[in-house]
Amino acid sequence: MSASRHQDWDAAASGEVIAAHAGQQGALLPILHALQARFGWIRDEDVPLIAQVLNLSRAEVHGVLTFYHDFRRSPPGRHVLKLCQAEACQARGSRDVTAHAEQKLGVAIGETTADGRVSFEPIYCLGLCASGPAALVDGVPVARLGVEAMDRLLDGALT
Amino acid sequence: MTVRVFVPGDMAAVAVGAGAVVDALRAAAAASGVPIEIVRNGSRGLFGLEPLVEVLTAAGRVGYAAVTAADVPALAASGLFEGKGGHPKFIGDPKALPFFQRQTRLTFARCGVTDPQSLDDYRRHGGYRGLERAVAMTGEAIVDAIKLSGLRGRGGAGFPTGIKWDTVRLTPAAQKYIVCNADEGDSGTFADRMVMEGDPFLLIEGMTIAGVCTGATKGYLYVRSEYPFAVTAMQRAIETARRAGLLGAAVAGSSHAFDIEVRVGAGAYVCGEETALLESLEGKRGQVRAKPPLPAHAGLFGKPTVINNVLSLAAAPFILGEGAQAYRDFGVGRSRGTMPIQLAGDLRNGGLFETPFGVTLGDLIDDIGGGSISGAPIRAVQVGGPLGAYFPPSLFDTPFDYEAFAARGGLIGHGGVVAFNDSVDMAAQARFAMEFCAIESCGKCTPCRIGAVRGVETVDKIVRGEDRSANLTVLEDLCETMKFGSLCALGGFTPYPVMSALTHFPEDFGAPSRAPEAVV
Repeated sequence: MSASRHQDWDAAASGEVIAAHAGQQGALLPILHALQARFGWIRDEDVPLIAQVLNLSRAEVHGVLTFYHDFRRSPPGRHVLKLCQAEACQARGSRDVTAHAEQKLGVAIGETTADGRVSFEPIYCLGLCASGPAALVDGVPVARLGVEAMDRLLDGALT
Repeated sequence: MTVRVFVPGDMAAVAVGAGAVVDALRAAAAASGVPIEIVRNGSRGLFGLEPLVEVLTAAGRVGYAAVTAADVPALAASGLFEGKGGHPKFIGDPKALPFFQRQTRLTFARCGVTDPQSLDDYRRHGGYRGLERAVAMTGEAIVDAIKLSGLRGRGGAGFPTGIKWDTVRLTPAAQKYIVCNADEGDSGTFADRMVMEGDPFLLIEGMTIAGVCTGATKGYLYVRSEYPFAVTAMQRAIETARRAGLLGAAVAGSSHAFDIEVRVGAGAYVCGEETALLESLEGKRGQVRAKPPLPAHAGLFGKPTVINNVLSLAAAPFILGEGAQAYRDFGVGRSRGTMPIQLAGDLRNGGLFETPFGVTLGDLIDDIGGGSISGAPIRAVQVGGPLGAYFPPSLFDTPFDYEAFAARGGLIGHGGVVAFNDSVDMAAQARFAMEFCAIESCGKCTPCRIGAVRGVETVDKIVRGEDRSANLTVLEDLCETMKFGSLCALGGFTPYPVMSALTHFPEDFGAPSRAPEAVV
């Protein structure tokens, strides 16, 4: 899910996405997911649009948007590398792999490289716990991701 | 004749290259003029074998383990499409492996065997027998069967499922809901994911039985966003079930209406807590609700709601189809039936092991799990996810059942078992438990929201040797406060990994000047 696959944002297109899900019960999460899938991240301008359609206050929408780790409020890097930080992957060496990737990318986990190439993000469990370290690389699952495999990834698919 | 080839579409198989193996198999088959049909089955659940390619022969299925795309030309040349042996990756009949022979698969009977998206395959392997019985029974009779089976909530709390269903059944309301908690966030667990990807109709059938029993007409399946394959698999299977009349206005030709909608979480661990999940489904921040009211009385949108874990609902078809007594016959004490245990971390045989309650932790680690894959000795095992206690080898004689683990200051939770070798720093693990709680706290309860942050700082001080004795007392106090001052298990159970690490591995927390007495 690199940023290039996302559409350019405008208020009308955002409004269409919101309207498509507004009829569901408890529509706010489906709307936020749909906006992010379409445009890559959630803009501040989306908040009043959603609030109006769902008859919520902007504060309520903001509260939900900022509660969940998945929702982005700024554009991601061209590639998104989500590396599992949970215990089962720790037991299979993910702390070393994380440190290695941080060193190689020159950013701490949770940050995007200065050139906008990679957003390196923590994720807590992909359910691949017998095959760790595990990651989602632009949405694609990758397991048995040791230091050498991480090198190949960073020098290959994530360039 | 077309050769039937099985390559798991399970996320764990795809993550180690199953997709490339499929491409290579198609190319090799085309090159040699062999017509093949590739079935994307679920995983059988021994993940070291993945990608596990199976070929159906006249004598049954044979497997080739840990196949890479680069292996395929040589495998094809040595007779893979005829199911021939001889190649080092040939393992014969996979289900004859001891890891599978030793299991009792009730919930996971079909996973890895059938085509998960084939309703016909599901029916051929006993599927929908439970629902057929259920639609001919009264709600009370269904509840009686669930109660008799002894089924307890597999999400971790272990509450009797039959009582939950009965409460909803007996609460009058125009609208009731079945909510399936598929927010399987515990590290070391993947059983829910495997059911959804590998046998999705089983969960649909289980939710439908719960609906028929209680009078609920709408089901929500809340799947975490970290499980994209499960989301797609469930959506496809639900659509198939609808077209077949197994969901909709007249379930299986009965007078019961029931349908299911998939909702996707958004990366909040706390939404695995049932009331936070309900808030999230309502479109709100995933903050925990105080109980009462119980969700069974006033749950989703204020209506009576059954909220069950995937594995609890997935056990219902067997109980209704094969009989409550058949389920109850397995297990020990008050822990009846089977538990899908998930072996993870540094283990040779990591995977899904469904077995009656009562197997010891040591058997799971050393024997079934095959010890560490790294070769280093196992030093600590965390059972029950990030809120579960760390056990040292001296507690490996603990039998796997709810009460036995509780008696030793632990919990079985959702059945995840994560093994760590002797390179583990238990102070770092205790610190992580607090850090994770701080990241994931919903913020409702002060002991959790602030206590977890203070917990990280206090562990750091202890490790630095800063006023060690006083800070150990602070940490113990803090854990007591979190345990008794939090509404849900996130704040309430984070003390388990922290205090168990401190109790059993004091040497990792600086000079062992004093062993803490308090065991949570």
